[in-house]
Amino acid sequence: MTSYIIPIIFISVLLVSIFRKQDAYSAFIDGSGSAVKLMINVFPYLLTIMMAVEVFRASGVSAVVADFVSPAMRVFGIPKELTELILLRPLSGAGALGVLENVFTVHGADTYIGRCASVIYGSSETVFYISTIYFSQSKVKKLGFAIPIALFATFIGCILGCFLCRFI
Amino acid sequence: MSKVWLIILLSSIGTLLFCDPSAAVTAMVKGSHDAVNLAMELVALYAFWLGFFAILEKTGISNKLAKILRPVVRFLFPGVKDDTEKFITMNMSANILGLGNASTPMAIRAINSMDDDGGKASINMIMLVVISSTSLQLLPSTVIGMRASHGSANPSDFLIPCMIATIVSTFIGIACVKILWQFLKRKVGKTEKTELNGKPLPVKSVGKKKRARASEAAAK
Repeated sequence: MTSYIIPIIFISVLLVSIFRKQDAYSAFIDGSGSAVKLMINVFPYLLTIMMAVEVFRASGVSAVVADFVSPAMRVFGIPKELTELILLRPLSGAGALGVLENVFTVHGADTYIGRCASVIYGSSETVFYISTIYFSQSKVKKLGFAIPIALFATFIGCILGCFLCRFI
Repeated sequence: MSKVWLIILLSSIGTLLFCDPSAAVTAMVKGSHDAVNLAMELVALYAFWLGFFAILEKTGISNKLAKILRPVVRFLFPGVKDDTEKFITMNMSANILGLGNASTPMAIRAINSMDDDGGKASINMIMLVVISSTSLQLLPSTVIGMRASHGSANPSDFLIPCMIATIVSTFIGIACVKILWQFLKRKVGKTEKTELNGKPLPVKSVGKKKRARASEAAAK
């Protein structure tokens, strides 16, 4: 069902451009041309984060920190096996995906833990990554309460999601 | 962010120094490699979506879309310019369709157009980050695919709790930003009364922009 949405949107946009006699071809070229410039600006931020997260995971420090925080997770009803996933998710999508894969292999995708992991991954975003990339081209250096609020809201969502997994 | 980064790096490399010193460089290089690969992939995706958005703009569809979503955007982002409004609209629509990578370039433009050289994130910028990072995704296709490949009987049966969780987290995020805004407004109001005797205080960028627009209109 959802696989139809984007192609349909695309066709309708192209039809509108014919109808309004606008040159879609040159507009597309103009737009896509700015992508490389955008990436040149974003790339250093991308690399800096991903490099650090990879060491964080490979060194096992993330697992140690996860072990340390996991008793607190129990209080909120989140299985302790998922602490590392919650920890890495805001930092890097690829890193968290590796943890998710591991959870599925060890515990299985259809267990309570596996379903909680799916909810956590599916309902949250890479908060740190988003906020650095979004501000990468502006002069803004102080992000105020953006990251704490986003993390807090995501975490509440995760707690609720894990809670609901028991019933649905 | 810079503190988080430093702590992560120091603790990780420090640990590796004792356990497995050769792994440190391997991991860092691997991370950089992954970043280059991701960047290549993202350039293609950004180029595609920016091209698509350029068509939207040229045909005037983006203006229409902005008009439809205007009440929502106006409520969430009080006092933004028309340009910014358009970028935010596109960012939000892309997010709802689950196109995280398509929404990023639009968000960067929105932030740039809100930038007032103050060096500090305005409340509208914070709102944009919070909404994007908690926002609703119609179909987390990566997770569904991975569940299927791990032999799940029903790969998409986590969708209902997942959707409820995202919707609730988005509302909590919006509420927190609004509360923060009220709090800051009250604080600004207080200092204005006691210290400046009603003189305008150049703290809130929204107010500054409004004044700038007013003076522009006066000049015309």
